[in-house]
Amino acid sequence: MTSIVERHKTLEKNVTLLGIGAFITVAIGGIVEIAPLFWIDNTIEKVQGMRPYTPLEQAGRDIYVREGCYVCHSQMIRPFRDETERYGHYSLAAESMYDHPFQWGSERTGPDLARVGNRYSDEWHVQHLKNPQSVVPESVMPKYGFLAETDLEVPNVAANLKALSDVGVPYTDKDIEMAMADLKAQADPEADAGDLETRYPKAQIRDFDGNPSRLTEMDALVAYLQMLGTLVDVNGPAAQEELASEHGR
Amino acid sequence: MANKRLDEATNTETVGHEWDGIEELNTPLPRWWLWSFYASIVFAIGYVIAYPALPGIHSATPGMLGWTSRGQLDKELKSAADERAKTVAALKDMPIEQLPQHPDLMRAAVAGGAAAFKVNCVQCHGAGAAGSNGFPNLNDDDWLWGGDLKTIQQTLIHGIRQPGDDETRMSQMPAFGRDGLLTPAQIQDTTSFVLSLSGKEKPSAASQRGKAVFEANCAVCHGPEGKGDRQFGAPNLSDAIWLFAGNRDAVSTQIGNPRHGVMPAWGTRLDPVTIKMLAAYVHSLGGGEEFAAAPAEAQPEAEATTAE
Repeated sequence: MTSIVERHKTLEKNVTLLGIGAFITVAIGGIVEIAPLFWIDNTIEKVQGMRPYTPLEQAGRDIYVREGCYVCHSQMIRPFRDETERYGHYSLAAESMYDHPFQWGSERTGPDLARVGNRYSDEWHVQHLKNPQSVVPESVMPKYGFLAETDLEVPNVAANLKALSDVGVPYTDKDIEMAMADLKAQADPEADAGDLETRYPKAQIRDFDGNPSRLTEMDALVAYLQMLGTLVDVNGPAAQEELASEHGR
Repeated sequence: MANKRLDEATNTETVGHEWDGIEELNTPLPRWWLWSFYASIVFAIGYVIAYPALPGIHSATPGMLGWTSRGQLDKELKSAADERAKTVAALKDMPIEQLPQHPDLMRAAVAGGAAAFKVNCVQCHGAGAAGSNGFPNLNDDDWLWGGDLKTIQQTLIHGIRQPGDDETRMSQMPAFGRDGLLTPAQIQDTTSFVLSLSGKEKPSAASQRGKAVFEANCAVCHGPEGKGDRQFGAPNLSDAIWLFAGNRDAVSTQIGNPRHGVMPAWGTRLDPVTIKMLAAYVHSLGGGEEFAAAPAEAQPEAEATTAE
């Protein structure tokens, strides 16, 4: 007993040894809590429907991040009754697996947006982004009308997709090659979208901001919002079966 | 430790250090603290056995209790559903047009609809369902597409101008200005006529000229007297209720470059019973119409409401 106490004193009196000891102790916590997520099976559910974002949605996502929407809006419906009854089925890890970085957020000054897609009309989104108080009088959200006045400028769409594919988002070579054309075609119902819908199932192709003659940042942001939570059919039988077979979560 | 000694005043052992005559007492941890600490270690062992904890090769240990956060949610939702099961089952089998004959069920539906309205509808129609610029007021008896229970239900299920829904309510007012169908002067004349219908402007030479334009271009949907037509969702222009605004600016803008409101189709998002409840709630707000008396029902919608 005495000898252990004596060794303890050695550790306490030597700052290098103490530092190494503290590091090892914290590292054990990290290894036990974080590392297994990289190999156990149920970290990411195996559900159908998730696909990489289209270049337009991705551009909208970049605007979402740029404007700091995540500061007030989460994208993570937790498995609680009050949340699922308000926002819809709880979020799956699979639904944010192509997010770099993820937008789960940690504060809800505004409502959760994980399943906001197709919940409101494009026109509502445009009016609400321009002047939130015109539709929700008690809202404290700032006005984002300038998005409708700003042409969407993405310096290098293909490079964005390439960077995402480097970190594991499965864009095909054709997706990257066609990136700029896809970006423009999705917001223009007159244009020939080619096989956009085949490569990106459930992609919504239309003018989003109510001004077909211009491709604005509003088009991109609304396209992104209208896609959120619509890709995986979470209430479908296949997804429910997968979720029912889960343990240890 | 040779220089350890008992402190005289407290009879407690000192730690053995001494700084200019100041010594530190080695007071033992309080007994209650120590035992709480040991108890929490024992509890942690039990917790690891009972609940999901230790990661393995394919998954974490599931725990003896088989608890999952998602499983607990399922249980809570199921017990909530069980409480409502009787009412929901009754509502499910009831064709919506017969609902008013069952006051108890109607009351339950209206209460359930009020809750669902707060979650899904207030963002556009407002907390009191009074709407706002571009989003209809649901409290009045001025209906674009019809205000009996079945028609409201149909609107809820398929929405209005919802992209991708084949049965959605669809109509499109021509862009008389943008597409060059009318000259700017004609649009101003027509605006004068439209505003004179509701007495917002006095009849004038301009409104007389506008009348001819209206009869040639607008009467086919809005009717010769501007009373509207629910078949096309064409608003009544002769009353004091306006979807956008009843002033010269808004009316001429609408003629020249019209806005078209969109309501999402809720049939794909909400279950049929919730939609029935919402229809009952909206119907109850003040403007609800009798089922048989609605003249717009000349074209019956072949809707399998219960099968929806």
